[in-house]
Amino acid sequence: MNYFLDLFFSGLTRGSIYALIALGYTMVYGIIGLINFAHGEIYMIGAFTALIIASLLTVLGMNGMAILVISGLAAMVYAAAYGYTIEKIAYKPLRNSPRLAPLISAIGMSIFLQNYVMLAQTSDFLPFPDLIPNFAFMEPYSDFIGSSDLVILLTTAVAMLLLTIMIKYTRMGRAMRATAQDMQMAMLVGIDVNRVISFTFIIGSVLAAIGGLLIASHVGQINFYIGFIAGIKAFTAAVLGGIGSIPGAVLGGFILGLTESFATGYVSSDYEDVFAFGLLVLILIFRPSGILGRSENQKV
Amino acid sequence: MRIINEIKKSFLVALWFMFLTFPIMVIKVNPLEKLIVWRWHNLAMVGIASFFISFLLRCAGRWRKSAARRPPALTMKGLSNNPRAYYSALAVIALFSLVFPFIFSAYETSIMTTALMYVILGLGLNIVVGLAGLLDLGYVAFYAVGAYSYALLNYHFGLGFWVSLPIGAMLAAAFGILLGFPVLRLRGDYLAIVTLGFGEIIRLILENWNDFSFGPSGIANIPRPSLFGINLSLAASTIYVYFIALLLVIFTIFVVNRLQDSRIGRAWIALREDEIACQAMGIDKTRIKLAAFAMGATWAGMVGVLFAAKTTFINPASFTFMESAIILSIVVLGGMGSIIGVVIAALLFVLLPEYLRAFADYRMLLFGAVMVLMMIVRPQGIIGKVRRTYVRGQVTGDKRQKNGIITNLL
Amino acid sequence: MTAILKVTGLSMNFGGLRALDDVDLRVEPREIVALIGPNGAGKTTFFNCLTGIYPPVSGTIFMRASSGKQSRLNGLPPNKITAKGMARTFQNIRLFPEMTVLENVMIGCHCRTSAGILGAVFRPRAVRAEEQRIVDSSYKILTRLGLTDVVNDLARNLPYGAQRRLEIARALATEPALLLLDEPAAGMNPRETAELNQLIGKIRDIYEVAILLIEHDMKLVMSLSDRIYVMEYGRRIAVGTPVEVKKNPAVIKAYLGE
Ligand SMILES: Nc1ncnc2c1ncn2[C@@H]1O[C@H](COP(=O)(O)OP(=O)(O)OP(=O)(O)O)[C@@H](O)[C@H]1O
Ligand SMILES: [Mg+2]
Repeated sequence: MNYFLDLFFSGLTRGSIYALIALGYTMVYGIIGLINFAHGEIYMIGAFTALIIASLLTVLGMNGMAILVISGLAAMVYAAAYGYTIEKIAYKPLRNSPRLAPLISAIGMSIFLQNYVMLAQTSDFLPFPDLIPNFAFMEPYSDFIGSSDLVILLTTAVAMLLLTIMIKYTRMGRAMRATAQDMQMAMLVGIDVNRVISFTFIIGSVLAAIGGLLIASHVGQINFYIGFIAGIKAFTAAVLGGIGSIPGAVLGGFILGLTESFATGYVSSDYEDVFAFGLLVLILIFRPSGILGRSENQKV
Repeated sequence: MRIINEIKKSFLVALWFMFLTFPIMVIKVNPLEKLIVWRWHNLAMVGIASFFISFLLRCAGRWRKSAARRPPALTMKGLSNNPRAYYSALAVIALFSLVFPFIFSAYETSIMTTALMYVILGLGLNIVVGLAGLLDLGYVAFYAVGAYSYALLNYHFGLGFWVSLPIGAMLAAAFGILLGFPVLRLRGDYLAIVTLGFGEIIRLILENWNDFSFGPSGIANIPRPSLFGINLSLAASTIYVYFIALLLVIFTIFVVNRLQDSRIGRAWIALREDEIACQAMGIDKTRIKLAAFAMGATWAGMVGVLFAAKTTFINPASFTFMESAIILSIVVLGGMGSIIGVVIAALLFVLLPEYLRAFADYRMLLFGAVMVLMMIVRPQGIIGKVRRTYVRGQVTGDKRQKNGIITNLL
Repeated sequence: MTAILKVTGLSMNFGGLRALDDVDLRVEPREIVALIGPNGAGKTTFFNCLTGIYPPVSGTIFMRASSGKQSRLNGLPPNKITAKGMARTFQNIRLFPEMTVLENVMIGCHCRTSAGILGAVFRPRAVRAEEQRIVDSSYKILTRLGLTDVVNDLARNLPYGAQRRLEIARALATEPALLLLDEPAAGMNPRETAELNQLIGKIRDIYEVAILLIEHDMKLVMSLSDRIYVMEYGRRIAVGTPVEVKKNPAVIKAYLGE
């Protein structure tokens, strides 16, 4: 039983991270119809920034909580800045190009960022400090759930809640929904579509950075390549739930996390990534619109 | 005044990039030993570089706007309309490639062989991406299929290179169709992801299924190609493999060239341009897509066999997504659908990092940047494809015809 | 029965919207039939259902080939339907922009030719002859539609009116028995429209095709059509000769309101 619970909670933890990253994919896709291939790299850069700032602060002699807060903020600010800049450089000029062009540009951006971090930092795995404190009250349950699992789950829940409120009730949220439905029309009614798009990239990037910080602290090491695999998995989650749908991304994240956790726990851990890729291939083939997505009918 | 304004803007851009790259470029941490290295010179470098790049781009943008229309694509039309220049150029290239292995060292011949292999891979992927418009990110999987076909067929059954070459190509084509079937209904961007997924699945299987593929340690002692049953010395074999690669390149160019202006090739382009209209014209989308996947995969399979024979050792690490990305950037740089462009791009991408050692580390960084830049600045590639023109009552292309077979080749 | 196209009870939904509601329609050989109705009436949707781009929820579509054989088109993919002899143009032009005008038309010959990959590589005599036939027949169509001067231009560089004509040329290359034209005069000036009027009549006579035409230009519709179907909100509200339709109170109401 404990083994099952252990797998269950580690699945939920993974799932939360996937969900946090998947939201970025889904929001960008919903608005400009692009698979932002470089999104995984934002998550990686978020984690790296956190690591760098945290190490710096440690050397400067700061203590636990302050390090977590400052490096977390730095990760979010930088991820947002990168997300914003990437959109301006690699996607905005291609808004009216054939569909393949922004996609190729996105892949190029992803490769570029990976190598940028590798060259500027290192290609080795770096140990990531354990920023999340251990709570004493979690001690009795430590067989199957740790403090960091709890923090990750709670953070994800709060982030989702804030995002939902933002999209439902704020002006910017309304503008985002309008742009997602019909960009031309949104422009005509006076919505600054460029701002909405930038904002979407920023929000998505901040969520990815939170995910990066949490998982890096949970796993304890990072390298320049973590964004690639995590990106594909989060994309899988987004598609699984129905790309373009925000609750779908969360649902997809959890389903994928649990599937992976149980499959590696009960079947084989060698093929961990194969399960995710296999799931992705299967959904796209049998239900490309995902669980909560609307099937789209191309107008002719 | 305007200039000052542009300088101001470029300055702001430079500041922004200095901020952006600050933690990653400037601070280098060693968390184990709690060491921090500050690299302020990087900050200065980023600032200066981004200032000048931004400034130049701004001026270029100005100039472009004032020039009203885009400059016409650089094409080979001028050259091809001048048959004498064209044939002399061709003769020089032919002569050079024939004597190359005899005037350059074995090491350089080997690098050139690699470059030629990428030419074929580029041309093969060009069928799928450039002509048919299907963004295949798992192309390296077919390359792996070819390489493992030869390695395993040789290991288990002792089959030789020349027998394995067509088998590897056919197996890869079969895999192409196998992969093609499920993705037929998918839209462009989903297709990209699924093919990427497939590519990774194949690599992961090769890595983990030890009984079948010998896992991460790979397969060693794969024989080099033999010449009429004679085993060649290492030096002779290097030259021999070079000529095989050269032959395959010529063969590929011949086939791709004929394909792209055929009934099937036109259907591929129609598919790329507008899928719905393409179907409405009576083209069977399914068959044409599968044909594209199979044709593209065939070349990858052949090069895979050659790769295994050339290196005599293969393992899954040679077949990562990065390999697919390199081939894709060759297609993108060369210009989708342009044979000569892809050839030049492949040579450039393989030889440049090899000869400019300083370059080597920045290879992938550059490839990524090239993909982004090309899409924005020159989506048609370095050399745009000229559409073939036809004359009534005149198809096969008389060489004297102004726009006949020669334009066609390029 | 002689009708070349016989549609009964065709219905189509988009989510909750009933875009087509039990529509019947028939077209006799060599007839020009117009399909009119206010914006959003479901005319284009009707075409899309006929040509297999959308699957209708109910109804049957029968087409008679020139051999006299009847076949049911429901559920066939678009390319098979084209092969059976139904060709169409699109309301929002869908040419192959990066291909030349001639190549656009050559694509139309695809379903009437057969060269495969091996044929393309080895180019045997039969394949060369076939290519020659494709080029010649495409030239011929382009000449008839007055596009001879632009054969080697890229389709995207053509003026709007020429693009519309090119769409018709491309459809004709599939050797149809029934040609569906979706608003061929849209965006044309009066002179071009008058030319188009003549052209459509000529096409019917030369190629001996039946034509089903969606059009908002009433002058064109009234002068060309043998019969007119009128749709509103997905339903067929009237059918008859131009004179009959013009007098029909339901039609007048649909167009002018109460
Ligand atoms: N793919 C689709 N998804 C959802 N609704 C659609 C789709 N295609 C058409 N519709 C809706 O179906 C109705 C009929 O549209 P259709 O395009 O057939 O009209 P139409 O008669 O061709 O109009 P027009 O004269 O403006 O071309 C419209 O309300 C339209 O919004
Ligand atoms: Mg319409």
